[in-house]
Amino acid sequence: MTRFIYALLTATVVAAMPLSAQNAAPALNFDSAPAPLVLPDDIYLGEVGGVATNSRGEIFVYTRTGHPTLSMGTARPFAHGGSRLFQFDRNGKFAREIGQGLYGFLFAAQVRVDPQDNLWVVDEMSAMVMKFDPQGRVALLLGRKPEAIQNPPRAGGPGAGGEGGGGRGGGPPGAGAQQDVFNRPTDVGWDAQGNIFVADGRGNARVAKFSKDGVFVKSWGQKGTAPGQFASVDSIAVDAQGNVYAADGGNMRIQVFDNNGTFKTEIKNVGNAQAICITTAANQVMYVSNSNPPNDLDTAGEIYKMRLDGSMIGKFGRAGKLLKEFGTVNAIDCRGENTLYVGEVGNFRVQKLTIH
Amino acid sequence: MTRHLFSTCTAVLLLAGSASAQQKATITGVPEIPFTSVPNFLKLPAGEYLGEAVAVATNSKGNIFVYHRRDTTRLFEFDKNGTFIKEIGKGYYGFEFAHSVRVDKDDNIWTVDEGANLVTKFSPDGKVLMVIGRRPPAVDGPVVTPGPNPPAQKYILCRPSDVGFDPQGNIFISDGYCNNRVVKYDKNGRFVAQAGSEKAGKELGEFNLPHGLQVDGRGHVWVADRTNNRYQELDNDLKPIKEITNLGTGWTLCISAGPHQYIFFSNSNPNGNPPGSWQNTGEIYKGELDGTILGKFGKPGKIVPGFQVVHKIDCRNPNELILGEIESWRVQKYILQPAPPRTAGGERR
Repeated sequence: MTRFIYALLTATVVAAMPLSAQNAAPALNFDSAPAPLVLPDDIYLGEVGGVATNSRGEIFVYTRTGHPTLSMGTARPFAHGGSRLFQFDRNGKFAREIGQGLYGFLFAAQVRVDPQDNLWVVDEMSAMVMKFDPQGRVALLLGRKPEAIQNPPRAGGPGAGGEGGGGRGGGPPGAGAQQDVFNRPTDVGWDAQGNIFVADGRGNARVAKFSKDGVFVKSWGQKGTAPGQFASVDSIAVDAQGNVYAADGGNMRIQVFDNNGTFKTEIKNVGNAQAICITTAANQVMYVSNSNPPNDLDTAGEIYKMRLDGSMIGKFGRAGKLLKEFGTVNAIDCRGENTLYVGEVGNFRVQKLTIH
Repeated sequence: MTRHLFSTCTAVLLLAGSASAQQKATITGVPEIPFTSVPNFLKLPAGEYLGEAVAVATNSKGNIFVYHRRDTTRLFEFDKNGTFIKEIGKGYYGFEFAHSVRVDKDDNIWTVDEGANLVTKFSPDGKVLMVIGRRPPAVDGPVVTPGPNPPAQKYILCRPSDVGFDPQGNIFISDGYCNNRVVKYDKNGRFVAQAGSEKAGKELGEFNLPHGLQVDGRGHVWVADRTNNRYQELDNDLKPIKEITNLGTGWTLCISAGPHQYIFFSNSNPNGNPPGSWQNTGEIYKGELDGTILGKFGKPGKIVPGFQVVHKIDCRNPNELILGEIESWRVQKYILQPAPPRTAGGERR
C-alpha cells in the first residue's frame, strides 16, 4: 500500500513538472565527444552516480555495476557489492579500479575531487561519505554503513536504522536530526577552509556541516517546502565565498545558504535540479541539470548555465538516448568552464561536452 | 505480516496457474517433420557451465549468443560450430535474470532481462549502445511486488520478456510478467505506442503474460500470449489483426529470415504440469505467415532430442534451428527436413 501511494505521488509530481523549466533562456551550442571513455572488454558502466576530474584531468566515475548481495544464513543479513569506482586518464583511457570490494560501495551516489585532489565518494545505500587520498587510500570516513539490512524493512523506515539508514538513533526520516550519520546521502562539497558539507539527502532532508577533520558542526533543514526545508537534497556545491548551494529538486529549486546555514535566497525556474556544479575560476558560474525522471524521456532533461545570482546565461540539451541528449543526469563536472563531463543514470554513460 | 500474506497469495496463484497452464493443441492432422538433433552442439571450455538457457540467437555470421541464468545471468558467444568465443557483459548492471536475446539486422545484440527490468542494445563487439527501462534501485530495499500492478509507464518495463525490430528499426518489447502489454519505441528509444496495459485481458489486443515477440518483414508484430493460450498478430501500429488459438499454450515463437519467412510456434511443456501433459504437449509447429500450419516436430523429454522446456528459438535458417531450454540447461541444434509438399487440393487442416 505504501508503495502504491509512492507511485501515485510520483505520478502526480511528474504530471506537474513543466516541459521546460526556463523557456526564455537562450540555447547554447554544444558538442558531445563520441566515446569519451574507453573501457576494457570486461568493464561496463551501469547507472552513473558520479563523474569528476582532478587537477591533472584524470577522470573518476562512480557507477552502479550490479546488485548488492544480501547475505543469507546469518543473524545479521548485510548487503555487499553493487558499485565500483573507476579511474581513467585525461584522454579517457581506462587506468584502474579504486576500492574494489570496499565495505561502503553499494549504490553509487556521487564522486567529487577536492582542491587537493582527494577523492570523495558518496554512497546512497551504505550512507557513507568516503574520502580517498590522491593515491586511492581511504583517508577519512563520515557516517556508518548499517550493520544489517532488514527484510522486510523495519517500521519507522531508513532513519530508524533500517535499510539504507545510518545506524543508531535519530528521528524519523526527514526530521532533520542533528547528527553525524546519514540517510540516503547524495553529494558532498567543501568551502575554502576545508569544511565539509554533506547533502543528506533523500532519506533525511538536510545539509550537514563538518570541520575539515570530520567533526560534526551542525546541520540544517528538514522535510518541507518552506525556506530552509527540502523535499530532498539532491546535489550540493559551495562557492568561493563559502555560500552553500543545495539543490532541492523535489521543490524545483536551489536554495542558497551562508556558511552557517542561514537561508539567503532560492533560485527557481531550474526544474528538477538533480545535479549542480560551480566552476572554480574567478567569475564563477553554475551548471544545473533539470534532470528528467527515469520514467519519462519526453519532458525536461536540459542543462542550464547560470550566474550565481540565478540569472540565466543559457541552456542546452534535452532528455533522450542519443549523444547530446541526456537520461536523468546525476553528475556534472565543470572544472573546465566550457568542458563538462556529465554522468547519466538513464544511459549508463558519461558524456564529454564542449559548450560554445 | 502483510508481506507474509502476499507470499502466501503468490504461492496459491502460482499453484493455480500451473494446474491450468498447459493446454493441448486442438489442431489436428498436422504432418510430422523429420529432424535430427546435433549431439553436443555447444562446446564449453572446461569449468564453464550453462544455467537455464532461456535465450539463444544467431547473428549474420552464424555466431550464437546464449543468454542464461547461471550463478549470475551471463551472455556467452559461440561461433557457428558451437565453439566458445567469449563472454559479453561480465558484471553488467543490466544482467540479473535472463529472459531473451535477439540480434537485429545490423548484428547488434539485444538482451531482455526480467530481473533488472531492462532491455539493452549491445554493439556487435559487446559495447552498450542503448538501454530501455530502469532497474529497481537497490537503495529502495528488497522488493516484493504486492497487489495489483501499478499503471504501466512509457519508459519503465515490468519483467519484460522479449524484443523485436521492424525493417525501419523500430523497437517492440513484450512487457511482460507484471505489465501485460506490447510497447513500440522508435529506433532512438522514444515511446510511440502500446497495446494492452498493466492489466491482463482476453480481448484481441489485450494480453495475459505476453511471453515472446517477433516482427515479420512486413512489420507485423507477433506475440506469444502465453496465459491466454494463443498467439496474436498485430499490425505495425499494434492494432490486432488476428489470433491463433489452436496451437496449445503460446510460449515462444520465431520468424525466419529471408524473402520467404516461416514462423515457428512452441507449445512448451514445463515441469509442474499434471500427469499426462507430456503425451500431448511440448511440440513445435512450423507455419506460414498467413497462419497455415505446415508441420510439427519434437516432444518433451529430459534426454536429447527431447525438450525441457523450449524457451527461445533461433530460426534465421528455417531448416537449422537453435533451441534454448530452461529446465535442461542446454541448447540443441535441430536439422529439419523441409516441410512436406502441400497435399492435393491444397488442403491444410
